[in-house]
Amino acid sequence: MSKPLKQIHLAAHFPGVNNTTVWSDPQAGSHIEFSSFVHFAKTAERAKFDFLFLAEGLRLREQGGKIYDLDVVGRPDTFTVLTALAAVTEHLGLTGTINSTFNEPYEVARQFASLDHLSDGRAAWNVVTSWDAFTGENFRRGGFLPQGERYSRAKEFLQTAGELFDSWQGDEILADQRTGAFLRDAKAGAFTHSGQHFDIEGQFNVPRSPQGRPVIFQAGDSEEGREFAASTADAIFSRYATLKEGQEFYTDVKNRLAKYGRHADQLKILPAASFVLGDTDAEAEELAREVRRLQVSGATAIKHLEFVWNRDLSAYDPDGPLPDIDPDPGEHTLARGRAQVRMYRDPVATAREWRERAAANNWSIRELVIETGNRQGFVGSPATVAATINDFVQADASDGFILVPHITPGGLDGFADTVVPLLQERGVFRTEYEGTTLRDRLGLAHPDAGAAGERAAS
Amino acid sequence: MSSSPSSLHLAVALDGAGWHPAAWREPVARPRELFTARYWADLVAEAERGLLDFVTIEDGLGLQSSHPLEPDDRTDQVRGRLDAVLIAARVAPLTRHIGIVPTVVATHTEPFHLSKAIATLDHVSTGRAGLRVQITARQSEAAHFGRRPVPHITAPDDPLARESVAALFDEAADYVEVVRRLWDSWEDGAEIRDTATGRFIDREKLHYVDFESPHFSVKGPSITPRPPQGQPIVSALAHGTVPYRLVARSADVGYVTPHDSGQARAIVEEIRTEQAAAGRAGELLHVFGDLVVLLDDDPAEAVARRERLDALAGYEYTSDARIFAGTPAQLADLLQELASAGLSGFRLRPAVAGHDLPAITRELVPELQRRGVFRQTYEADTLRGLLGLARPNSRYAATATAPAGA
Repeated sequence: MSKPLKQIHLAAHFPGVNNTTVWSDPQAGSHIEFSSFVHFAKTAERAKFDFLFLAEGLRLREQGGKIYDLDVVGRPDTFTVLTALAAVTEHLGLTGTINSTFNEPYEVARQFASLDHLSDGRAAWNVVTSWDAFTGENFRRGGFLPQGERYSRAKEFLQTAGELFDSWQGDEILADQRTGAFLRDAKAGAFTHSGQHFDIEGQFNVPRSPQGRPVIFQAGDSEEGREFAASTADAIFSRYATLKEGQEFYTDVKNRLAKYGRHADQLKILPAASFVLGDTDAEAEELAREVRRLQVSGATAIKHLEFVWNRDLSAYDPDGPLPDIDPDPGEHTLARGRAQVRMYRDPVATAREWRERAAANNWSIRELVIETGNRQGFVGSPATVAATINDFVQADASDGFILVPHITPGGLDGFADTVVPLLQERGVFRTEYEGTTLRDRLGLAHPDAGAAGERAAS
Repeated sequence: MSSSPSSLHLAVALDGAGWHPAAWREPVARPRELFTARYWADLVAEAERGLLDFVTIEDGLGLQSSHPLEPDDRTDQVRGRLDAVLIAARVAPLTRHIGIVPTVVATHTEPFHLSKAIATLDHVSTGRAGLRVQITARQSEAAHFGRRPVPHITAPDDPLARESVAALFDEAADYVEVVRRLWDSWEDGAEIRDTATGRFIDREKLHYVDFESPHFSVKGPSITPRPPQGQPIVSALAHGTVPYRLVARSADVGYVTPHDSGQARAIVEEIRTEQAAAGRAGELLHVFGDLVVLLDDDPAEAVARRERLDALAGYEYTSDARIFAGTPAQLADLLQELASAGLSGFRLRPAVAGHDLPAITRELVPELQRRGVFRQTYEADTLRGLLGLARPNSRYAATATAPAGA
């Protein structure tokens, strides 16, 4: 008998505050009005997606000491908008990115437990860490953490939140109007945690939620991040969207599970992927080139070059040749509040390589950035994209994808209408929502508070 | 005595099954549904049916307690609650007119997070958000955060308690100031989508708030664009000079607890004096009276119900606010009398949510309408609008107008 087909998991990433999102398109709507979120969430639910995903950034990005103004700027509070979306959807999972550096476990656990109650079991938490004093300037606790401590704080944060979620077992509320017993036990929600980062005790005040704990996502890619995910997470938001890299990452992370006593099915790997659809593959390729041009305006190209050069390049013409000068080798201080700058580990070598490529192809600055930057993940007709996605998943390069449209809020509509039915025809994507919670849809077990409590006590 | 104002504002305070500790024992209560969205959606829909200005939603960073400063280990009363801001967010898309005002605790939380949460509540409700700011002096709640020591207070009146509480109110005033600055940190019209220059925003219209105090410093700007109301409503419950000062400095609505007209007049006078001292003499600042209400068609029935609830609780329920048990018409008389002492509205605390909230919306409101002192229909789309407050410009907006055609 052949191996049964894996079922694909799909999620919808609300378009982000970066240059993947094309705000200049005439169809691009508001990034902050609730109606955009409703449109996006309803499309995802109509298409039977597993969940909606929201990223987070707690300080507006800056470049050259000024607020970066070329991309979409501004976003809602994660918990508030996800909980509001619970009112206009019934099945869609609601995944929020929440930082473990600029929050406290008691408050975050309350918020996730509340979201889980108010959505009947659809909450998920993408745990991210941060350590920069730049973002910390917005918070009373400050925020500077030595880089080595960010995972230790994140681990302890998540462990502490787990202890708070499990502090209610689920059978404490009697609400017996006849006898007058509301609680079974006055010590409901009691907890004590004493560790390196948190030393807290008392009683948690949100009763156990439908999922027990929200689904836990992890997004880091470092050795520590992978180990953190293998030990604790239910799903990984990864960035490997090519087949070979995807398979290597998938194998690496799934192989780490056994030493934590976990099964391969207990951790879903879901890379982010953008997409461009056309009636034919050729038309999609043409559209993808146009999308790329819209993503990289002349001004954006100069700013992108500044990540590598670490210098003010505003005097350069984006339609002209690359700068002759070399990057400033000093500490990178030009761009703040974004991750890309760390991707270029050897700026001088990168600059040399880019100059050579631009000269060989007679590319301007803008053309160089268009050609070297992020390509669209899936480009093709609906049939091609459906086949490619299925191939990735069946070849164990992922368990599905978190799709990142480039237009708000309608960027998912075409995918929902054309690609999803083809995946359903292949029998690899649900036609009806299964179970009642996000855990049910992701094939994850519901955590047992009692067992966790016994483990903690032993 | 001045004549009755032509129009009153009415809010209800929602808390669990109601404000009486035995409310959940009533057959009409739904104690097993207190942690569901449906329960809260039904309550707020009922309040909106009655054309009320807004609902407030209680909250706290620890289990409820019948003791003001410590956990009480009781098992016979409602314990546990959901985050009030998130309850507000969950009901906002299901309603269209009513304001939604969750309680937020300033003492252990981040003003940056809270500012964007309420701004987002304003976006999801298209202009109906507010907050009620609260402090906590409970040592047990400080231990949930473990970030700073809080003195152990055994009685609210000892000097250490007074000093400590005054410091917490000072911090709350700073907190509200940061929250308000962050709401203004994006001017209106900051989003320009200028394809010619490739700029999504005009960054000259985004502002660092650069707030610094002994309690915290916050840089800004907010990550969330200016909310539809510009400034959502800020409100606070106040029982004495220190909190009156917070109301006078920082709030749009203060909730006070006079037990008669004389007290109401004195409190309003004190708040107005503080308001002038804070440089806000000309601004509209509402002072609402808080009342716990038990409403029945027969006054004896209301009194009997109160006695029955007290018997179930095992003690006589008392409150900071006056407890009213009587008919809707008697309550209307009382509200008009208190209003003539200078209160511009009331926040009613239903003793039993399932009974007294419908009594407010279906009996008290029609009575007030017959008397010509309450709206017949929602006259505005935003909470500021319902409260007669104009939408303010951002404090950071350039006051000089550029010459036309420049």
